[in-house]
Amino acid sequence: MWRDLTWQNFWRDERFLRVFGQVVFVVVVLVVGRFLYVNMYTALEQRSLLPDFGFLNTVAGFDIGEVPSFIDYSGASPNKMAFLVGLVNTLRVSALGIVFATIVGVIVGTARVLPNPLARGLATAYVEFLRNVPLLVLLVFWYRGVFIVLPRLAETPLVWGRQDLPDGKFRAWLILSNRGMSMAWPVGTESWPAYRLWLWLAVLAAVAVYVGLTWYARRTGRAPLTLVWAVAAFFAVAALGFLVVQATTGQAPLRWAVPQVKKRLVAGGLKLSPEFLALLSGLVIYTGAYIAEVVRAGLQAVSKGQIEAARALGLTTFQTLRFVVFPQALRVIVPPLTSQYLNLTKNSTLAVAIGYPDLFNVAGTIFNQTGRSIEVIVIIMGVYLSFSLITSAFMNWYNRKIRLVER
Amino acid sequence: MTRKFWLILALLAVVALALAACGGSGGEQAAATQAPAEAATEEAAGPATGYGSTLAAVKERGYLICGVNSKVPGFGFLNEEGKYEGFDIDFCRAVAAAIFGDPEKVEYRPLSAKERFTALQTGEIDVLIRNTTWTLTRDTEVGGNFVHTTFYDGQGFIVRKDSGIETLQDLDGTAICVQTGTTTEANLRDVLDANGIDAEVVVFDDVEAGWAAYEEGRCDAYTTDKSGLVARRTMLKNPDEHMIMDVTVSKEPLGPMVRHGDDQWFDIVQWVVFATFYAEEAGVTSQNVDQVRETATNPRVRSLLGLEGDLGKKLGLDNDWAYNVIKYVGNYEEIYNRNLGPDTPTYIPRGLNSLYTEGGLLYAPPFR
Repeated sequence: MWRDLTWQNFWRDERFLRVFGQVVFVVVVLVVGRFLYVNMYTALEQRSLLPDFGFLNTVAGFDIGEVPSFIDYSGASPNKMAFLVGLVNTLRVSALGIVFATIVGVIVGTARVLPNPLARGLATAYVEFLRNVPLLVLLVFWYRGVFIVLPRLAETPLVWGRQDLPDGKFRAWLILSNRGMSMAWPVGTESWPAYRLWLWLAVLAAVAVYVGLTWYARRTGRAPLTLVWAVAAFFAVAALGFLVVQATTGQAPLRWAVPQVKKRLVAGGLKLSPEFLALLSGLVIYTGAYIAEVVRAGLQAVSKGQIEAARALGLTTFQTLRFVVFPQALRVIVPPLTSQYLNLTKNSTLAVAIGYPDLFNVAGTIFNQTGRSIEVIVIIMGVYLSFSLITSAFMNWYNRKIRLVER
Repeated sequence: MTRKFWLILALLAVVALALAACGGSGGEQAAATQAPAEAATEEAAGPATGYGSTLAAVKERGYLICGVNSKVPGFGFLNEEGKYEGFDIDFCRAVAAAIFGDPEKVEYRPLSAKERFTALQTGEIDVLIRNTTWTLTRDTEVGGNFVHTTFYDGQGFIVRKDSGIETLQDLDGTAICVQTGTTTEANLRDVLDANGIDAEVVVFDDVEAGWAAYEEGRCDAYTTDKSGLVARRTMLKNPDEHMIMDVTVSKEPLGPMVRHGDDQWFDIVQWVVFATFYAEEAGVTSQNVDQVRETATNPRVRSLLGLEGDLGKKLGLDNDWAYNVIKYVGNYEEIYNRNLGPDTPTYIPRGLNSLYTEGGLLYAPPFR
């Protein structure tokens, strides 16, 4: 292809220029990258601050407000445990955030295309308002304007299912105050280990039902609600196991841990701090608005003719949605939805503004106590990068699964 | 088509550059409220390291860059008129007076607890005077050197008067708010552990958010250095409803911090601090310094004021460096009373921060 290239005017040859441009680009990137690296390295070397990850094993020496119950963390734990606590806190808020934001987004997004003007108007107002307010402002609003101005625990907390105790104190199924929300939560009793086997059985049953129904659907051409039946199978076996364990050991495998006011704090049950609630609310409401737009775009991308054709074939409304609208809408929805999930995870770093101990917040403290800024930043970047890559790998897999199969 | 595209791209680039330029100068002005405007253009590319490099860079630049707090009344606070004031600020002014003979030649960089060490390490600031506790780690790994302590402090707790919390043990079963990136955070854990206290610790990055949470009752107590408690108490809605508990749980020597690697700069900041101590000891004030300079006979006072010897030259400064500090900023007592004295809302009894002659810890080596 280069045969007719001459030395006289090769710089005007488009084929040459194309390659030349790329070479120049690579060289510029390498030079800039090397400059940045050398600059950092020499500067750090001068101050004898060269990267050293030994601090991960030294004692952290600070407390963290929210430690997941399955992690044994105290101030005497090493820094890597503190990182782990932050990591789990981030995962917790991100995972819940993604689930709730999707629910909010689907409801609002669907409402945006409904014929009902009230529903559509409300949904539009919601989206337009929330997309145009910075997330940080929302978080501070939820924290300072909602959760910490709830009635004080010592005065008149909002309670549900109050039970007075003989010593003048009380417990309740749900206690909501400016110290957060505590609610009754099942905890395992002594017969729990026996019950755990039943739960595995229930999972197996669910998988069996799922596989069986998929096979049945493929063979007969019918379309049973596979996932619904699988979940039902799980709960059926789990409930059966509960009764069997209770009958054989004389003790229910689970009991309710009911929150109770202890001095100035609430003990027992599932405790959600105001910081967590504010962060979760902010992320859900904000990302929900974006997801609503993604959902709306997906629904509107399905041409009207498809729906009319489905109706003409005698499909019910539900069947039209399930077999015609959603499969096509999903193909449009999933790629931008992935971005929203990634955004939500990354936006959770704003937790630092309202004191929720997520990874970024805890890492900030570690960096302060140890002075190891570069190392801490590298760890933070690595963690969020892995989160994002894992999320997007999963979503890409799902996207491939639902895309149009051309034969 | 393509030509139009490139034209638009070029236009966009020009607009972006113009905006960046506006933003840049605006930002400089905002940051350099009290610095000479013309000097705000040159920024050192990297941190000055090595003997004498910091002073040279500061002189070349024409003003000092001081890392400060802007949120603690009495120590470092941005007041309603947009001016910085406070105990720490006065030491920034003293260093500027020693170098330039003009206490106004300072640019203040308000820093959070978390940002401060990075700012010092990278050379963004020349000196950090921001209620920073002297610890071994900070003196070594963090890459800084602490000069002599200017304020001996200790960590305490503020609680609501009607909460009935009086002793450390009463903190069991409470929620305590604390700011991140501080020695306070680590001290708190030590205290709680040592006394077997079970409390919920809520950590805030932003000092404002932490105090707001305390004020709304999210926490039963807020803990930080007592000086900080005294100062912030004045900013609460009803200061009288709150009290500072009568316990001190740590040693918090607060003082200026400089970068590793420039001993001359360390000496300058160190001796500016000593000059304020010694001036108080010798009874030299900003009011009488001119008169003392005329009449002084004590050889130590004479060399302090640059009448004898060449102490200034040894620091790389003019011989009237200490005179300028006293003349324009004052001695330690004046600095203290101006910001933390009985006539201020942030009154803190001098306690350990008295001269050694009065039972305190302030003791300056001889000026010879």
